[in-house]
Amino acid sequence: MRQLTRTLTAALIGGTMLAAPAGAEEFKFAFQGDAQTMDPHGLFETFTLGFQRNVYEGLVIRNDKMETVGALAESWENTEPNVWRFNLRKGVTFHNGNDMKADDVAFSVDRINTEGSDMKVVAALIKEAKVIDDYTVELHTPAPNPILPLQLEIFYIMDKQWAEEHGAESATNVAGGDEGNHANLNANGTGPFKLASRQSGVKTVLEKNEDYWGDIPTNVTSAIFTPIDQDATRVAALISGDVHMAWPIPVQDWKRLESADGVKPLTGPEARTIFLGFNQDDEELSTSNIKGKNPFADIRVREAFFKAIDIEAIKKKIMRGAATPAGLMIAPQINGFTESMNDRPALDVDGAKKLMADAGYADGFEVTMDCPNDRYVNDEKICQAAASMLAKIGVEVNLLAQTKSKYFGKVLEQNDYDTDFFLLGWTPSTFDSHNVISSLIACRGGEDKLGSFNLGGYCNDKINGLTASIQSETDQEKRQAMIDEVFQIHKDDYGHIPLHQQPLSWGVSDAVDVVQRPDNAFDLRYVVVK
Amino acid sequence: MIGFIFKRLLQSVIVMLTVALIAFALFRYVGDPINNMVGQDTTQEERAALKERLGLNDSFPVQFGRFVKNAAQGEFGISYQHRRPVSDLIAERAPATLELSLLSAILAIAVGIPMGVYTAIRRDGWLSRAFMSLSLIGISLPTFLIGILLILLFGVILRWLPTFGRGEVVQLGWWSTGLLTTSGIKALIMPAITLALFQMTLIMRLVRAEMLEVLRTDFVKFGRARGLPDRYIHFKTALKNTMVPVITIIGLQLGAIIAFAIITETVFQWPGMGLMFIQAVREVDIPIMAAYLVMIALIFVVINLIVDILYYVVDPRLRVDRAATGH
Repeated sequence: MRQLTRTLTAALIGGTMLAAPAGAEEFKFAFQGDAQTMDPHGLFETFTLGFQRNVYEGLVIRNDKMETVGALAESWENTEPNVWRFNLRKGVTFHNGNDMKADDVAFSVDRINTEGSDMKVVAALIKEAKVIDDYTVELHTPAPNPILPLQLEIFYIMDKQWAEEHGAESATNVAGGDEGNHANLNANGTGPFKLASRQSGVKTVLEKNEDYWGDIPTNVTSAIFTPIDQDATRVAALISGDVHMAWPIPVQDWKRLESADGVKPLTGPEARTIFLGFNQDDEELSTSNIKGKNPFADIRVREAFFKAIDIEAIKKKIMRGAATPAGLMIAPQINGFTESMNDRPALDVDGAKKLMADAGYADGFEVTMDCPNDRYVNDEKICQAAASMLAKIGVEVNLLAQTKSKYFGKVLEQNDYDTDFFLLGWTPSTFDSHNVISSLIACRGGEDKLGSFNLGGYCNDKINGLTASIQSETDQEKRQAMIDEVFQIHKDDYGHIPLHQQPLSWGVSDAVDVVQRPDNAFDLRYVVVK
Repeated sequence: MIGFIFKRLLQSVIVMLTVALIAFALFRYVGDPINNMVGQDTTQEERAALKERLGLNDSFPVQFGRFVKNAAQGEFGISYQHRRPVSDLIAERAPATLELSLLSAILAIAVGIPMGVYTAIRRDGWLSRAFMSLSLIGISLPTFLIGILLILLFGVILRWLPTFGRGEVVQLGWWSTGLLTTSGIKALIMPAITLALFQMTLIMRLVRAEMLEVLRTDFVKFGRARGLPDRYIHFKTALKNTMVPVITIIGLQLGAIIAFAIITETVFQWPGMGLMFIQAVREVDIPIMAAYLVMIALIFVVINLIVDILYYVVDPRLRVDRAATGH
């Protein structure tokens, strides 16, 4: 495979050499926002981490097929239940010429534990980093963790010496106090691109790292990134050829791209699952006309809601056919997905009405629905559609659709989960089911601190025990059985209403080839300018 | 004169404090910044700790007091999104906005005044009628629509001009300019026209109305009776007398151009302060929002002051009055 890639790369580079002067492949791309920081430990967010991955690298990386392969580590093994041993790749240098060694890994582990770090979720996975020799390092976990390597792609390694030289031993602190943190505006990774210049929010230029250790398809020598806020401007920039690639493209603009010369939409299912959730925790719903009891505590009401949602209509009318209806809370790309469980109860308005009547709500009830309007693809429209579908079974939904800052400020834990009925989307950052189960499905409020994004307080006593076992089970078959069990329980309980996986929506010039990752991150390693 | 300026400066401090107070009161309704500053997997403990560190748990008077105290020292805090001092960011972005605004203002004045004079003198000429109809478009179409239409025509269809951004800029000390490179000048054309169009039509219509008014006055008739050439009457006598209200409006509009460059900057992804403000609103970046609003208030106050001073220069009656009352 490697040989093949190398040949391909050579062929491609050879081909472009004929077409253009060597060493002048410029690639321009635009996203709706900027990478917030160049500090690899500053913000745990897909776009920022994805952008940084061109400059920094972790021990492992996901390739174009989303398989976890070695990056800075050549191989790894689970030597003891609590110990993962990583053998580092030799001869890898940082952009400043320093050798990448085990010290740097240990230093990076320390760094993600500093105050400004937003990588503390990763830090919590690692109890200790032990340097065995220059090119061997052991990561000790607090409990057995069979999937640690899968969770480490976004944990980037920084050069210890560079950080010390520039006083950047701590992660950039968003609360201030270290305003000149060198690592916020500068970068020194091992990746295929070096940071050439950066003006935050305006323009970032990356240049090819001639000393890169790996064989990668890209022939880009200079990559220029500009954030473009406005959808219309971004689409115009792409069509006019001012950028080679732009995302996201509004679903309704796909036709425009298709009819324009030299560009096309590139779409695929994102690993993000969009779902509806109910407040099942409170004694009564604060936004409902039903007093003294909580209609969502009744499983029949939840089932009725599920059966009243016409997912095909949402797919066709709102998502222009580009959504993948979901029966599970995870996408097919996620570790632990079982195809046979991904079916949905069929649309059945009469059945739903009967369930409502059986539950004692023949006349329906009123409830407020919280919905973001700038977070997911057509989020507000989906909520409007759901509201009109639920009206058919007598439920009067008052829609409160607002900007993400307001929405999340209202519904998350810091505001005591102030929502009765909501729409949310989730991509597990680890690409593993455990993240979804522990964040969205497990009972919240316990000592195990699970379920922090279980906004509706869905709770089934069996799940938290299973979640802990899934976390530590090293036998993949047993682990899968437990994952399936959790999803089956959740499904039987109608804990949430999974809707669909939303589409990725990129716009790409015909002059380049790119690889689309299902987490919507963008990797320059696979960009080939034709 | 100095006493007058001093009094106005004192007033402006009060204006700015009021703006800051209102702005701060509004920030509570913009949303919670914390969720934009951390990743999805960040725990509640971490979020709460961050909120505490940022001082967002303090009461409104405490937060406001801290802001005023720091702002008085020229310290506007650290941007939540950029993680850099707001004063640095504003200094970095100001040249883009000022260059665009000043060019638009010059364009609006240079085109608007002659058009106004022309339409006033040749009231019934076909060119006047064409100008008047065109000015309706400028005054009635929203800025963002004009911007998008220009992008569509010159960026996407004709491909003459870049659709976004500022092109290549040259750094002159702390000032960055796009006026010294071809790509910079090309990038400036569409945003400048978009931003200037409304002001241009406004100035034109104002000059025309004032001009028509002045041309009917007795001293113009006397001038004609004396046999002064038309040119002298139009440009020396009449135009000069129309300028007092026009200067007021132009002055105030210059403030408006800088402040409302927000929309043009957003449409063209022009990397100025307005775009940064819009991004800050979306991400609830309170330090940037607060600093920007106070700064815009300052710009308005300063421009008003300059306009008041210009009155003295243009209108001799004011000078005479002052002298007569012994100031």
